[in-house]
Amino acid sequence: MKFDYAPAPESRSIVSIKPKYGHFIDGKFVAGRKHFPAINPATEEILSQIALAGVAEVDAAVKAARKAYTITWSKMSGRERGKYLFRIARIMQERSREFAVLETLDNGKPIRESRDVDIPLAAAHFFYHAGWADKLEYAGLGTSTKPHGVAGQIIPWNFPLLMLAWKVAPALATGNTVVLKPAENTSLTALLFAEVCQQAELPAGVVNIVTGNGSTGALIVNHPGIDKIAFTGSTEVGKIIARAVAPTQKSVTLELGGKAANIIFEDAAIDEAIEGIVNGVFFNQGHVCCAGSRLILQESVADEVIEKLKRRMGLIRVGDPMDKNTDLGAINSKEQLLKIRELSATGDTEGAQRWSAPCDLPKKGFWFAPTIFTGVTQAHRIAREEIFGPVLSVLTFRTPQEAIDKANNTPFGLSAGIWSEKGSRILWASQQLRAGVIWSNTFNKFDPTSPFGGYKESGWGREGGRHGLSAYLKGVGHE
Amino acid sequence: MSNRIDVKKTYKLYINGAFPRSESGRTYEIKDAKGVFIANPCLASRKDLKDAVVAARAAQPGWNKASAYNKGQILYRIAEMLEGRRTQFVQEIVSVTGITKVKAEKEVTESVDRIVWYAGWSDKLSSLSGALNPVAGPYYNFTVPESMGVIAAIAPESPSLLGLIDAIAPVIVGGNTVIVLASTKAPLSAMSFAEVVATSDVPAGVINILTGKKDEIAPWMASHMDIDGLDISGLGAKSHGAVRSAGAENLKRIYSFNSADPSRILAFLEHKTVWHPIGL
Repeated sequence: MKFDYAPAPESRSIVSIKPKYGHFIDGKFVAGRKHFPAINPATEEILSQIALAGVAEVDAAVKAARKAYTITWSKMSGRERGKYLFRIARIMQERSREFAVLETLDNGKPIRESRDVDIPLAAAHFFYHAGWADKLEYAGLGTSTKPHGVAGQIIPWNFPLLMLAWKVAPALATGNTVVLKPAENTSLTALLFAEVCQQAELPAGVVNIVTGNGSTGALIVNHPGIDKIAFTGSTEVGKIIARAVAPTQKSVTLELGGKAANIIFEDAAIDEAIEGIVNGVFFNQGHVCCAGSRLILQESVADEVIEKLKRRMGLIRVGDPMDKNTDLGAINSKEQLLKIRELSATGDTEGAQRWSAPCDLPKKGFWFAPTIFTGVTQAHRIAREEIFGPVLSVLTFRTPQEAIDKANNTPFGLSAGIWSEKGSRILWASQQLRAGVIWSNTFNKFDPTSPFGGYKESGWGREGGRHGLSAYLKGVGHE
Repeated sequence: MSNRIDVKKTYKLYINGAFPRSESGRTYEIKDAKGVFIANPCLASRKDLKDAVVAARAAQPGWNKASAYNKGQILYRIAEMLEGRRTQFVQEIVSVTGITKVKAEKEVTESVDRIVWYAGWSDKLSSLSGALNPVAGPYYNFTVPESMGVIAAIAPESPSLLGLIDAIAPVIVGGNTVIVLASTKAPLSAMSFAEVVATSDVPAGVINILTGKKDEIAPWMASHMDIDGLDISGLGAKSHGAVRSAGAENLKRIYSFNSADPSRILAFLEHKTVWHPIGL
């Protein structure tokens, strides 16, 4: 007997998508000149036309941000500034369903995740940082209470609104003004956020949103009127940005790639660990910089874990992101799908064994079945490079020290997972792992009060918590 | 005055707890303020830097593992050893830089006191920059500072001893190991400071001191893939851009400081956040 779920589609009637969008500069929407399509990755439907910002638009946005900084925002008390952030948080909560539906249409992630994770967390980030605005003298971690001025912020496509919140909320709370560029493939929720700024009566020019591709991002990075750059994206682009700003006085924070180890010790609660592995790498289609994409299994339990994991993967519901039952949605773009396919193919050619969960993938749109590779060695590209898709590489170990050595054998250092029922072992492993976020007996948990960010080539700085504020305040005693 | 001939010191490098000459065999000449020859310190090579990085990397896990109490005591021990040799340091600083004895005494005194100040930070860093984070869920969540790894530093030309202390002490107090390039014009007190370090229970490789040219060594430090952070306080501002650009290859954390405060320590710490569920 086969049990199945009846479709439970979320209605899209709550959103109205305009056929064409412009930029949000100095508190107003201004028409774009060139446009490119916004595509629903689950259906390949063209949702809208997004404007491509060039020199003139970026320049206008920076000027508006500077004017707002000088005339309004830097003169306002922290108490008043904070109230605007509280307003934004509340309006985001009020319009959360609209944001969730729009995010899922534009990004391809399951509505369950946009509704239960992305949007509530984005609102929570504004609420948390709102409270900091009048308490910056207590934030200090080697920083002053002075903002940088104009912050240029470039965000990725995997958590569009949430990454906007991670960037905009701390920048505004600390008194900076913002020029933000959403990712080329996911601009719609940022443009809806611009409406929220209008509803909150945020002073014109405090938040400016220009849409575009990498060329727009480069214009922001290299603009002389910007004091601070905050970027989330690939390590490759992060290094380009670091070089570009090297001769300047710009302050920089970077949240970059990862290749997180998820270590399962033999004394782990195996059934819980299976859920953690699935959440670790298949959450958001694996489009997560901190995804637990390297499973490191103690040999004595490896067969049991792999067998149970395959069974569990067979229960992952892949398909329509708007269906409230869906676990795994669409790959965000054709380009990303090709990248996942290419890297997975190297797994085959380099000698690892591929297994994909049996599932019917929709005919239209961009899809990739949840997949694991066993027999992976540390030399394989699928063990070294970020795949950014629903693909798990499985390695094994015999001693705890071997697990740590394998986990740390990467230039990345964003996150790691530990599964064990022994407290002392968890604390030992969490000390040994060279990564900025350690999830023990859990994975992929986020909170505005909890600093997030990487060691080594996973980036510079932290986002969230007291530590995240440092990124937007001038340093004391150093440049 | 006797007619006794002085026994002069050969100034060498300090790498992995030993005092080797530069493998390159290169030296340069140091004269006093009146132009009289004093010494031929080593002109460190790229290979010397590489050797120092290997030593610093090997020493780092052990030093990191030492308790904060132990690290604090070892830093304090450095201050004890320096205090006992104040006269020698004053003499060296006066002879090389030509500053007055009073000024040199002031610098040495401040150097001793500043090491004591840094030593006291070792077991307070997690109170300063750690946190227990009130996440919205049943999780115990905390953030702790951790060492970054191997840090290289370029000490300022002057003050030659105090600048060196500021390049070394804040880096190692948090569990990092360091390779520092001393003042080019006034390297003698740095190499004598190595003797202080060598008798202070500092494990071999934790502090490595080179003498040589900034413009030669800074780019090598910046492009070395096994150096995690770089203090360029002693490097001229016009070279900062090139060094930062070269350092981007492994995303080194690069800072230039203009005062001695805890931000010097925090700059070379990473912050790690750990989650664990709470439940029955």
